[in-house]
Amino acid sequence: MTAATTNGDRTIQFREALREAMTEEMRQDERIFLLGEEVAEYNGAYKVSQGMLDEFGPNRIIDSPISENGFAGLGIAAAMYGLRPIIEFMSWSFSLVAADQILNNAPKMLYMSGGQWGCPIVFRGNDGAGGQLGSTHSWCVEALFANVPGLKIAIPSDPYDAKGLLKTAIRDEDPVFFLESERMLSDKGHVPEEEYTVPFGKAALRREGSDCTLVSFGRPVHFCQEACDILEGDGITCDLLDMRTVRPLDSESIVESLKKTNRIVVVDQSWPFASVASEVISQVCEKAFDWLDAPPKRVNSDDVPAPYAKNLEAAFLPHAEKIVTTVRSIVR
Amino acid sequence: MSTATADKDARTKSRKRPSAELPDKTLVGWLRDMMLIREFEIRTMQAYSNAKIGGFCHVYIGQEALAVGTIGSVNPDDPVITAYRDHGHALARGMDPGACMAEMYGKITGCAKGKGGSMHMFDKPNHLYGGHGIVGAQTPLGAGLAFAAKYEHEVMGKGGKKVALCYLGDGALNQGALHEAMNLAGLMGLPVIYIVENNGYSMGTSIGRGTTMSEDLTKKADAYGILGATIDGMDILNLYDHFKPIVDTCREESRPAFIDMKTYRYHGHSMSDPQKYRTKDEVEGVKQRDSIELLAAYLMDDRKAITEDDRKAIDKEVKAIVRDAMKFAEESPVPDVDAELYSDVYVNPSPGCSPIREYVKGAKNPLL
Repeated sequence: MTAATTNGDRTIQFREALREAMTEEMRQDERIFLLGEEVAEYNGAYKVSQGMLDEFGPNRIIDSPISENGFAGLGIAAAMYGLRPIIEFMSWSFSLVAADQILNNAPKMLYMSGGQWGCPIVFRGNDGAGGQLGSTHSWCVEALFANVPGLKIAIPSDPYDAKGLLKTAIRDEDPVFFLESERMLSDKGHVPEEEYTVPFGKAALRREGSDCTLVSFGRPVHFCQEACDILEGDGITCDLLDMRTVRPLDSESIVESLKKTNRIVVVDQSWPFASVASEVISQVCEKAFDWLDAPPKRVNSDDVPAPYAKNLEAAFLPHAEKIVTTVRSIVR
Repeated sequence: MSTATADKDARTKSRKRPSAELPDKTLVGWLRDMMLIREFEIRTMQAYSNAKIGGFCHVYIGQEALAVGTIGSVNPDDPVITAYRDHGHALARGMDPGACMAEMYGKITGCAKGKGGSMHMFDKPNHLYGGHGIVGAQTPLGAGLAFAAKYEHEVMGKGGKKVALCYLGDGALNQGALHEAMNLAGLMGLPVIYIVENNGYSMGTSIGRGTTMSEDLTKKADAYGILGATIDGMDILNLYDHFKPIVDTCREESRPAFIDMKTYRYHGHSMSDPQKYRTKDEVEGVKQRDSIELLAAYLMDDRKAITEDDRKAIDKEVKAIVRDAMKFAEESPVPDVDAELYSDVYVNPSPGCSPIREYVKGAKNPLL
């Protein structure tokens, strides 16, 4: 108990939590290697892999030239062969040039081979607006990729989950897309010394309330926290569910919360049309229509390419003010 | 120099050829495999015409020496990956012809339980990592197989030195994936051999209309600093003589190669190709150097390893094998919808992966 209390004080950065997950798993399993742009000698474009080259050497921490389609495919075949690759995309925006490999090969290999070859691989990197990077570099890929059966998508919102979910991802037998945010890499949070993992498909209840259910994942969870603070000033309290993974999706926890609050707002950084929010609302309508006292609502990024100008980008995101307005519109 | 001396020199020289060192049994086995592939593909075309086989279907007739000779140049546990004209590679690698035919019939006894079809022949016990349908998509995978084999050997201290074979059609020469893969293979020193099955046409586009330097594709290898060679892939002995030393070099020195292997397909790109882009004379001309006839003549006339009767016996044998494969495919059950539609999607299907229903474990793969 004492030790746990002491360890409970330990706080580290999001990027350090990711690094710890990879490092600890690599020490236990020599099939694991990290491959990507600038991961080795540069110590990571965002310093996630800092120091890993020194510990594991160039055979396991491997710099790739800028060839996403090439190195994504290389990793996929290595996973089929029996290794456990972690492939870093500097940004998920750049994964689009590897779309054929990550969408056609990784998630379909098991099916196409009639169960002969799975693809235990983790693709990870920054997702969503990084900060005035403009439209090509600010992709939120979760809506686009969640459409594809055969893959799993994890989106942590804090360092604890970053480490626990990444360990689960590395140990999983299926391809996992692991979505981080450049804007959260320096966030600090409690991460215990002890070994732990966070399972896929189990949402975390971040706040408890009675008037509305807020569903989110990744960076927008923080926008929801801000919104909840503001709404509490009005006497409106919300359940805030952090989904942690969008495929699998813990719809049971959503329905359970909805039965208490009877109102739901889904906050998702992807564009609104056919988004993860759309999917959540579809499932809510199918599974708990009778529990709804108001139309289910979504808050997404605005339905335009990500803008560059600071004020436009800030307006574009699913920020707290949008969430507050939406919640108020259905909670009277 | 007298004629007799010249003949003697030629024979001495020919004994030094790597293929001359191969026992009769091996070469007769190759002849049998090539005849098996041809018979298999003739019957595949019939089955397709009879609507027993659906989707896209690309037959290997004309190119048999290439798959048999290259696969005959590597070890049974060297990883092999190919594109969608893949029945020949599957059979050359040792896939049960029944499983291959049943896959095309969409039956549960097929190599992919009827979920892959003609373009997706996978055989794990024989280290065949697929048949791949997207042009060029298998080329980064080829680099990955070589990477993994090298990693297993050097980092994990397991397994011997392996070399990966990655086949592609000449149409794939112009896909970005190949160029990324060749650069990565060159940079990382990966033992992968890219074998261009250069049959002169990507679908209906002749090679010169699709790629630069089509007269000498090895210049593309030069561009990436990797070993390049041009090899006649219709004469299996010549193929082996030139290809086997490259395999040995790539394996020993852990380096990639890129081979322009000249071959020819006698039939259309797929079953629905009227072939207006080439003349009948061109096709008939190539058939004069048919790979099966070349090897059979060598074994009968030069080696005296088999007689005409032996050849007829092989012909009878492969016809029986293919007949049995057709019967097996015909009589096998289709995949059960309840058990198979939602199986083999996830190895570890967590609840909540689909809003429609939970994924399940299906039948064991017949090859495992």
